[in-house]
Amino acid sequence: MNQWKNFTKGLIKENPVFVLLLGMCPTLGVTSSAINGLGMGLATTFVLIMANLAVSLIKGFIPDKVRIPSYIVVIAAFVTVVEMVMQAYTPALFESLGIFIPLIVVNCILLGRAEAFASKNGPIASMIDGAGMGLGFALALTLLGSVREFLGAGTFFGLRVYPGEYGILIFVLAPGAFIVLGYLIAIVNKLKKA
Amino acid sequence: MGNVKSSLSNMVIVLVIITLVVGAVLGYVYQVTKEPIALSALAKQNEAIELVMPGFNNNPMDEMLEITTDEGLALKLFPAKKDGESIGVAIETVSGKGYGGNIRIMVGMKPDGTIVNYEILEHKETPGLGTRMADWFKPAAEGGSEKTRNVFFDKLFGIKAEAGGGEDSKSVIGKNPGKDKLKVSKDGGDIDAITAATITSRAFLEAIETAYKAYIEEAAKAAPGVQTELQEEGEKL
Repeated sequence: MNQWKNFTKGLIKENPVFVLLLGMCPTLGVTSSAINGLGMGLATTFVLIMANLAVSLIKGFIPDKVRIPSYIVVIAAFVTVVEMVMQAYTPALFESLGIFIPLIVVNCILLGRAEAFASKNGPIASMIDGAGMGLGFALALTLLGSVREFLGAGTFFGLRVYPGEYGILIFVLAPGAFIVLGYLIAIVNKLKKA
Repeated sequence: MGNVKSSLSNMVIVLVIITLVVGAVLGYVYQVTKEPIALSALAKQNEAIELVMPGFNNNPMDEMLEITTDEGLALKLFPAKKDGESIGVAIETVSGKGYGGNIRIMVGMKPDGTIVNYEILEHKETPGLGTRMADWFKPAAEGGSEKTRNVFFDKLFGIKAEAGGGEDSKSVIGKNPGKDKLKVSKDGGDIDAITAATITSRAFLEAIETAYKAYIEEAAKAAPGVQTELQEEGEKL
């Protein structure tokens, strides 16, 4: 497959959030602000690239029947590394993402890409696939976070656009995540048809 | 997919190797990040102490006292001294009655119990509601919630400045838990609760009261007789 196409498919055509509807737990949970969405997206991207690379390298040595546990262990290892590094060097971001960092392990995008792509392709293609999918995820989360933050708190990446009292609180809470996600998916579908 | 046959011995060997390698890698990263993690936690604590009780020149962390209250809450007391003289105390206090679990607060008090400042250390409150406690209980000039008010929008929507008196009745800064009633106005106290977050407000004020009680008890133990007046006030609570 053309590597460029391989990279861009994750951004729009096969966007993990808007099209594949994978990884809904962090998508709905952390996107109360744009910066949270971006941080979560980038952390997931890193894990996705590294896990895809590792899985594509060791796929030949893994017996079929234990491939899922093996992939999970590899993914969990990278997530734990990210968690410890973030805690050490970016404590503020670590605090705001909180419990969602360890939950990257059970994000089905990771296992999905390991199973559907990395276990059938070479290391380079797998890394590019991971980068594309990860950035698509980050893009979707940032977009969702921006919309919710703007409507709910009146800020954009923490910069005040209008006074917070006029914000519609529900968009910062969980139901707002569902509403915004629904509308964004509708818009993406409309754009894809056009 | 896999080139290796799924025999029992193969599966066991592969899984053992993978977990061994992963374990080694994680052990190494843990070793490397252990110190920065401890340092950043310490720096955060230090920053919070300095924010709530500025002006000390001792090392409050060396003189830390750990107190367990009757309710089983673990508090930390950091005495702040300037040139050997006590200028107050920073107390890490906690309430388990928050809307989403524990709320941990660092609160600074003068020797007589007057609140200097506070800082939220840990909470799981609702974003946009309970989280406003971070500046709700501070006077507007110090970054209270009114600071964000935009003059242009006030004019646009025809809203006049907040009705008078609102400021002082929200702030806990400069109040003394021994003299002022630090309860939400719904419960007959002097403090306005956060709009739509009364549970959070109650928990917040309870944590401060816990800190005050622990402090006067500790002060009474350290210097019996001198602090009796404080203790009497505490018993009235």
